[in-house]
Amino acid sequence: MELIFEGILKAFYLLFTLDPEVLGITLLSLQVSGTATLISLFFGISIGTLVALTEFPGRRLVVSLINTGMALPPVVVGLFVTIFLWRNGPLGFLGILYTPAAMIVAQAVIATPLVMGITLAAIQALPKKLRLQILALGATRLQMVWILVKEARLPLLAGVMAGFGGVISEVGASIMVGGNIKGYSRVLTTATVMETSRGNFDVAIALGIILLLLAYFINFVLTHIQQRERPR
Amino acid sequence: MKKSKTIHAILAALTVLLTLTAWSPVQAQQKNIILSTTTSTQDSGLLDVLIPIFEKKTGYFVKTIAVGSGQAMAMGQKGEADVLLVHSPAAEKKFVAGGYGINRRLVMHNDFIVVGPSEDPTKIKGAKPTVEAFKKVASGTALFLSRGDNSGTHAKEMGIWKAAGINPEKQKWYQQTGLGMGQTLNVASEKKGYTLADRGTYLALKKNLSLDILVEGDAILLNIYNVIEVNPAKWPKVNAAGGRAFADFMVSKEVQDIVKTFGVDKFGSPLFFPDAGKKEEDMGK
Repeated sequence: MELIFEGILKAFYLLFTLDPEVLGITLLSLQVSGTATLISLFFGISIGTLVALTEFPGRRLVVSLINTGMALPPVVVGLFVTIFLWRNGPLGFLGILYTPAAMIVAQAVIATPLVMGITLAAIQALPKKLRLQILALGATRLQMVWILVKEARLPLLAGVMAGFGGVISEVGASIMVGGNIKGYSRVLTTATVMETSRGNFDVAIALGIILLLLAYFINFVLTHIQQRERPR
Repeated sequence: MKKSKTIHAILAALTVLLTLTAWSPVQAQQKNIILSTTTSTQDSGLLDVLIPIFEKKTGYFVKTIAVGSGQAMAMGQKGEADVLLVHSPAAEKKFVAGGYGINRRLVMHNDFIVVGPSEDPTKIKGAKPTVEAFKKVASGTALFLSRGDNSGTHAKEMGIWKAAGINPEKQKWYQQTGLGMGQTLNVASEKKGYTLADRGTYLALKKNLSLDILVEGDAILLNIYNVIEVNPAKWPKVNAAGGRAFADFMVSKEVQDIVKTFGVDKFGSPLFFPDAGKKEEDMGK
């Protein structure tokens, strides 16, 4: 218990003294996971909406695959991304293994099915008649899709939170493809793992608390937007 | 209007984020060195001291990937690392003999210790040689925690079991954690079991452990670190010049002097002993 208290003290000490290393690690976590979430929003929402609105043979299989993807284990993603990005691997020419860019790729792969699955559920949950109504009012198909996505924005924001929450807290893939390199690809989760194995439990707890605070702050902002637009 | 304002604000924030993240992924490739090493060199903090000096001196950027010695060599074997700093001599010799590595050079040593609960249920304290202590563990009921991860420490442990003529696999008293040294020590401490550890990691974690040193100071417990350059003839993408520069740096007088005193202020004794230029056959004499 004393250790946890020490950890909390340490967290506030590191935060208030603006420890440059911890600040850098925190910012990098935000950048990597933020960018990955952004990429996942693009692919997740567009493909999720497409699958939700179209009928095609094998659709159930695709939906079940997307839903399974929501449970994609980060370490497995990390392993495959590593193998692809190896110097002598198929994407080795990019030369991005052990860089923050590789972490973004891996995290985007993890977050995309999350966003996609929730988008799919959200769009499908809209009343069927709404579509017909919108079309009957003379909207083009593209306009209809835009209106539907806007209608589903509240559950979609939940998708954003799930995606971001999934990657900011993820460690398996980040440590594999990023390498936890000091001052370069070290993020809050990988630093926590390292400090734990170094026996610096107070620092590890402090990093954990900073991670929670960061996640709380981001979700607070998103929840604020979401709840303000709640239909009354 | 309010709604679109919010959306614009979010978009603006995201754009800023993206701009901040605009890395150039393909930086000067030959300036990067991938150093594949064991966890003990990173967890002890030694590399945090040495690498900034090296980078400042040479302009190279070192990507340290801290894994077990087994995985480090597997990376070298695939040409996915430029230089290795490892401690698993038998596997290293195989690695070099297979043509994957060149210029294997002695850097430093410390030693392994057998640790366990202070009650020492199987009474192995002071047993000599270490093989005898392992035999006692095998005849007792107290747990032995193995790393089980192909690391240098795991290789050493397997070597001692072999010397004792015991196959510990699937024995009731034998458990493999599959974790790093620090975590394995914690497991041993919680389960009141024995384990083989490198002295550096044990000293660094000692304050949180209820484990005592029970066996030490035996030639078989020597823990030798070598630096090996990955053979560029095998893998043309290897940064041979960078790997060579780092290996030369590790055996330089400057580094050897730092190694000599590293950890003294924190633990009262050095964590590693410099050995550059010595012959492996003379070690432990």
